[in-house]
Amino acid sequence: MKYNSVFDIIGPVMVGPSSSHTAGAARIGFAARTLFGKQPTWAKIYLYESFAKTYRGHGTDFALAGGLLGFQTDDKRMRNALQIAKEQGLTIEFIEDNSGVEHPNTARLVIGDEKDQLELVGISIGGGKVEIIELNGFRLRLSGNHPAILVMHNDRYGAIASVTKILAKHKINIGHMEVNRKDVGKEALMVIETDQNVNDDILEELKLQDHIIHISKIES
Amino acid sequence: MFRTVKELVEIAETKEIPISEVMILQEMEVKDKTREELFSEMEKNLQVMEQAIDRALQGVESVTGLTGGDAVRVQQYMKEKTPLSGPILLDAVSKAMGTNEVNAAMGIICATPTAGSAGCVPGTLFAVKNQLNPTREQMIRYLFTAGAFGFVVANNAFISGAAGGCQAEIGSAGAMASAAIVEMAGGTPQQSAEAFAITLKNMLGLVCDPVAGLVEVPCVKRNALGSSQAIVSADLALAGVKSRIPADEVIGAMYRIGRQMPSSLRETGEGGLADTPTGRLLKEKIFGASV
Repeated sequence: MKYNSVFDIIGPVMVGPSSSHTAGAARIGFAARTLFGKQPTWAKIYLYESFAKTYRGHGTDFALAGGLLGFQTDDKRMRNALQIAKEQGLTIEFIEDNSGVEHPNTARLVIGDEKDQLELVGISIGGGKVEIIELNGFRLRLSGNHPAILVMHNDRYGAIASVTKILAKHKINIGHMEVNRKDVGKEALMVIETDQNVNDDILEELKLQDHIIHISKIES
Repeated sequence: MFRTVKELVEIAETKEIPISEVMILQEMEVKDKTREELFSEMEKNLQVMEQAIDRALQGVESVTGLTGGDAVRVQQYMKEKTPLSGPILLDAVSKAMGTNEVNAAMGIICATPTAGSAGCVPGTLFAVKNQLNPTREQMIRYLFTAGAFGFVVANNAFISGAAGGCQAEIGSAGAMASAAIVEMAGGTPQQSAEAFAITLKNMLGLVCDPVAGLVEVPCVKRNALGSSQAIVSADLALAGVKSRIPADEVIGAMYRIGRQMPSSLRETGEGGLADTPTGRLLKEKIFGASV
């Protein structure tokens, strides 16, 4: 089920004019910021199909910027997000890309600061609901319906067990989990959807484990 | 969890509860929330809808100047003349338009199920309430009923113009409103399903062709006509008229039609009304010749 709540249908409360192109775009930007763990200083945003053709009229550009700044869909500052981004030292470049994509409302965000970089592909599936389908080259399917943690780790035996063991100790139940790796023994990504939000203390404990490179979380 | 309109109606009939209650019970279970939490969350949405209509009736204009002011125009006409289509219908039309005028002006609205189609559900609600005199709880239930039907559409087809054309947006919104009106007017769950199907059938094939890619022309007026149709379908269902094609099959047809629509008619602003001489001229005026 793509939609699991009545509030996906009646809602969100948002700044107009488009739930897919404005509210959805803001949520993709917000997800990128959350997963990056801080405000980026630069962003290159590639827009496809309907996003590419209509982003000016729909305010997709300021909404993505608003999301990167941490604004919720109903934030009244949304309309001025491009200006606010400039003031806060966040440089954003929009690129219309003609490449074929699976979903008409697709955005690829490459964001970073002087130290780190993150690349994410999000789709806006309607009514303000979004899915993250790619992160740093890994395919995934993150709906935002549930809390989740994303664990970058080295592909070694025991890495997955060390994470699940700690979650079990803190009585966090896993609803869905997938693991992807670039190649045998190389970088890998665990995406773990949980029934409970994972608090920061548990994240710190997870980070101390061997072979863990980076962890980010999404609350719900 | 209900997946189809048929299941939704069956649960309501078996347990002898309204559609809104089926949605509420499911949401309580899935989200692990209390009834009070859900009602207070929905009450906030209701307030946003009310505020958007209030704002519209004071007059708004979009940044481009393409839309705005028609909600007020219609209210004025209703005061001065006797509308042929009747006061409730035209009041709904005015309030649905108004909600989308606020949306086009980048004001705050509640997506139902989307922003572009945000007028139908609140527009009809704040019009039929003048005749049906619902309690606040019944008004909130109206939104749960509309949401229940939208939930089925979203999970079996689509609710965005980019994915399935305007039939997925105004079609869904108008059909959701039809079902909610029926419940508020005292109709049965099956009658809600009939009203839903009758509206959606008449929206099949509707393309998403916004001028200059903006959620203004024809979106605002499609909300107006969508809300009028919602009320007519509700009346038909309450009169005992049935849809020969069941609601779930109409949703299936809507899905297949949307899959066959070319991308030029799915919110790219390339075909249909966007590609008329006047549509192209308006786009040039707004964005300049280069875009």
